[in-house]
Order: sequence, then structure tokens, then C-alpha cells
Amino acid sequence: MIQLAELQFGYREGDFALRIPKLEVQQRERVALIGPSGCGKTTLLHLIAGIALPQSGRVRTNGVDVTALDDGARRDFRIGNIGLVFQEFELLEYLSVLDNILLPYRINPSLRLETPVRERAESLARQVGIGDKLARMATRLSHGEKQRVAVCRALIAEPELILADEPTGNLDPANKNRVLDILINYAEEHAATLLMVTHDRDLLGRFERVIDFKTFHSGERA
Amino acid sequence: MSGPLYLAWRYLLYHRVKTAILVTSIMLIVFLPVGLNVLVGQSAGELTARAEATPLLVGARGSALELVLSSLYFESDAPETTSYVQVTRMAQSGFAEPIPLYVRFYVRKHPIVGTTLEYFDFRGLRLAAGRRMAVLGECVVGARAAEKLSVAPGDSVVSSPESVFDLAGVYPLKLRVVGVLAASHTPDDLAIFIDLKTAWIIQGFGHGHQDLTRSGADAAVLSRERGRIVANASVVQYNEITQANIDSFHFHGDLAKYPVTAVIAVPHDEKSRVLLMGRYEAPDESQQIVRPSAVMNDLLSTILTVQSYVVAAILMVAVATLATAALVFMLSLRLRRGEIETMIKIGGSRRSVAAVLTSEVVVVLALGVMLAGGLTLVTSRFGSAAIRALLL
Repeated sequence: MIQLAELQFGYREGDFALRIPKLEVQQRERVALIGPSGCGKTTLLHLIAGIALPQSGRVRTNGVDVTALDDGARRDFRIGNIGLVFQEFELLEYLSVLDNILLPYRINPSLRLETPVRERAESLARQVGIGDKLARMATRLSHGEKQRVAVCRALIAEPELILADEPTGNLDPANKNRVLDILINYAEEHAATLLMVTHDRDLLGRFERVIDFKTFHSGERA
Repeated sequence: MSGPLYLAWRYLLYHRVKTAILVTSIMLIVFLPVGLNVLVGQSAGELTARAEATPLLVGARGSALELVLSSLYFESDAPETTSYVQVTRMAQSGFAEPIPLYVRFYVRKHPIVGTTLEYFDFRGLRLAAGRRMAVLGECVVGARAAEKLSVAPGDSVVSSPESVFDLAGVYPLKLRVVGVLAASHTPDDLAIFIDLKTAWIIQGFGHGHQDLTRSGADAAVLSRERGRIVANASVVQYNEITQANIDSFHFHGDLAKYPVTAVIAVPHDEKSRVLLMGRYEAPDESQQIVRPSAVMNDLLSTILTVQSYVVAAILMVAVATLATAALVFMLSLRLRRGEIETMIKIGGSRRSVAAVLTSEVVVVLALGVMLAGGLTLVTSRFGSAAIRALLL
């Protein structure tokens, strides 16, 4: 569950300001965030994940007040509870597919890389159709394959919350639906919450709720 | 392997060309001063050891360094010669045992050392095959020289003429190999040893030719008067000393005036050494007596001074190289900002992300230092031999 109250955020430079009086997303809910570029969708994901801190207001994610945590605790919380997917995949070019999926386990000692984790990584890769490319370098994958690797990386620690920032923005229609299927299936199977930024109105029908950032109102599924 | 170390290793492997350049740079800046020190230390040790094993050296006045280099290492041009009378003078002084040396000629690039049998005992040289020289025309070959010339007892070598255009000068003499020395890892390994008188024969002070008193030699005889025979240019001179012609070899003039390049003096005791040195320190003395160890130490101190300048230059280059490597690393950090931000966004701990980057630097440094260590080890093991091989 995500709870935002009286949230105010602005960058030190520039006149961008984000004000959210109240926002709640329930556990297991699938929510799409829409709105014009630069309106603060990505910033909101960063605030929820504890990557950025608001000037005022509170952000509670999965019952934890992330604004009250110090930097180290926020990182530990993030890596164990939140799966992040980015539009530009953000894979490490010098790692193989398997190593990219296992990356969270190599950069935070709060996660332990053991045999079941490796098996889960292989299983995830098989589920998304890249099981035969585990040893391939990330640079040698197609766009669709790269995004599937990025999704596997986001899901490997079995998070309760998935924050996806335009994950289908660079994909063709077939891959868009495939990636979305993976995210939604995971959310359903693991009772996880999915909050996804998108510009693609064709995908909105697959979400339970759409939050339009322009007017900042939330509405029920159409 | 820990997570950060594994990621660092994968990064370095992926960028293997950049990594190889950095590792090579680190290796060189570590190895060059250290390796140079090792090499100079070893060479200095070898030079000093031979010099310290040679108590005193007597020769004509002139360059002491040239005298030492010629007499101990058979390097440099032949120094000004002195005469055999110095050998007699030293023996008669009762202070030291003289060992004469006449180092001037070569068999290809291998120095011919004219000396006496005492030289072998003095240097502790052992025979690997054959025997020591016993009569004129025989030689004993150093281990490396035998290998390079592919000779063994029973074979022969020919002394090289000093100038092919000087027909009246030193002419080649065929020398019979009667022994090969065991390797001593000193300049003796490269030399060919002959008796002093054989060296004088090469020089032309002694020679052998057909017996003009016998019948059949009339064609070469111009006149015979009261036992004095004058021959023409057709008289046959021998360029090889054999059992058949050895009796015909003879020397002209006073042997005491024949040349030697140096006399090694082996004093009986410390007092003898001091007294002997005193004999050669008179202002009107035409000879010089030197302590090879002192001469070599002077030379080495000059070399070490030069070495310290070289090391200082290398260290300055090292600082510049390290600064460049640091710049490369900093620039690569800018290029990798996105990667670092990704790790931070997905929850990488500050320490782990820093550890990835630090590990890369540490692995590069460690590989460079390890390779430099290995090279230094190889240098200390084979450096001297390699330099000797290169110089030959």
C-alpha cells in the first residue's frame, strides 16, 4: 500500500514543483499514471521509492515511512521491497543476461545470493522467453529482450511493489503486451502492487485505476 | 567472489584493452625502477666479486680502469704494455706471486689470454674436459667460448689477424684445443687461454720455419757465411706448432723485454701487500699498481649516480603515468554516471557501489604490481645471464 499526504517537492534549480495533497494506492492494485511529459510522473515514482525526498509531507510505502529513513535504510528498503523498471532498460553492458538479472544481489549485502536465487533467476528468464540467452551479453539483445531482462531484474527479489517508468515506451506492440503481461501476471501471482507510468492509452484498459497527472485526479477504470 | 569484486572483474574483462593498457602502465612504472635496481645490484655484485678476488694489478702507467677492465674482464682495448721484467721484479721482491697476462689477440670475438698455469689455480678454474696446456701452440677454452666456437679437445682454433691489410703484422696461428673449462660464470668462460710464450709467437716475437741447415733448403738460401745463413722470402714459416716442427720455434731478442699487458700480484700477506704497493708509489716509477676493487668501486659509484638520476626520471614518469591513469578513471566515472545511478536507484548500497569502483582500481593495481613482481623475479633469476648473452 502506498500513502502520500501533503506532499511537496521541488528541485533546487528550476521552477518545477510537485504538490500532492493525498494519494493512496491499495495493496494488489494495478494503477497507471498518465500525464504530459515533465509533469512529475517519474518524480513521483522516485518519491515513493525513496530515491528522492520531499520538502514536506509523508510517503508511506508498504507501511514504512520512507521519508523517516536514512539513506542506507531507504536503499535497503528499496532493494528488498520495490522492483523498478525503466524506459531505457538501464542494463549493465559488461554483464551477461543472468548477471544483469542478479545485479540487486551483488550491490547490496542485505540480499544474499544463494542457489535458490540463481534458480529463480533462470526460471524468471525462461518465463519471459530469454531462458536460452542467459550467458549472452546484454549489448547483444534486441530492445524487447533487453526490457524483459530489466523486468526480470526488477522481480528477482520478489518485491511487493513494482514501479515501472514507461517500460513499454521503446517497444513494438507485440513486446509491449508481452512485457505488460509479465508485470501483471507477477503482480497477481505475488499479490504485489503495480504502479506504471505510461503514455500509451491502448494499455490503460489493463489497469484497475488510472491517475491522470495533468489534473491530478484518480478515476476508476473506464 | 564478493558481489562488488565480481562486478569489477566483469567490467575489467569486458574492457580488456583499456584494462591491459592500464595494467601494463602500472607494471612498467613499478618494474622499471625496481628491475633496474636489481640488475645494477647484480651486475655490481658480479663486477665487485671478481675485482675483490684480484688483490693487486701491476701495469704500465695510464688508465687504471682500462688496465682493470682489460685484465679482469678482458674488455676494453689492450692497455699500454709493460715488459716481462716486471714479472721477474715482483718474483724477486718476495712480496707476491706474479701471474703475467698478455691480453691482446682474439679468436673471432673471444679474447686470447696469454698467461701461466698459475692463473687457473688462482681463479679456481676447473677443467670439464681434457687437460691444461703443456707445450707451445696448445690452448684451453672457456666453457661459453667452447660452446660458441663448437670446439672440444682435439679440435683447433685460429687466432684472428689484427688487420688483413698488415701483411707484416700479426699473422694467424692455429691453436690446438687440449682442454675445455667448466663454467665459472665469469669472463673466463668466454676466453681462450694459452701460454705466454704462445702469445708472443702470435705477436711475432718468436717463430718457426724450415731448417735451412738441411739439404733441400738451398733454394731458399741466399748465403752461408761462418754459420750465418741469410734466406730469401721463400723460406717456409709455420703457422701451426706441431710435434714435428716445435723444435724449430725460437725467439729473437731478450725475453725480459717481451710485453705483458698486466701482472696479477698475489701478496703473501697484508704486510707484503703494503710493502709491494710502496715499491710502486715512487714518483719516478714507470709502472702503476692498483687495487681492482678500489677501481671498480669508483666506477660503480659513477654508475650508481647515473642510476639514481635514471630512477628519479622514471619516478617522475611514474607520477605522470599515475596521474594519467587517475584521469582516465575519473573520465570513465563520468561516462559511467548512468550505470552508477542505476545501481543507486535499484537500491545498491553506497558502500557496495563504491566497492565496485574501488575494486576496479585495486584489481588493476594488484595485477600491475604482481606482473612487475614476476618480471622482477625473472630479472633477478635470469637478468645477468640475459645481459651477458646480449653483450656477446
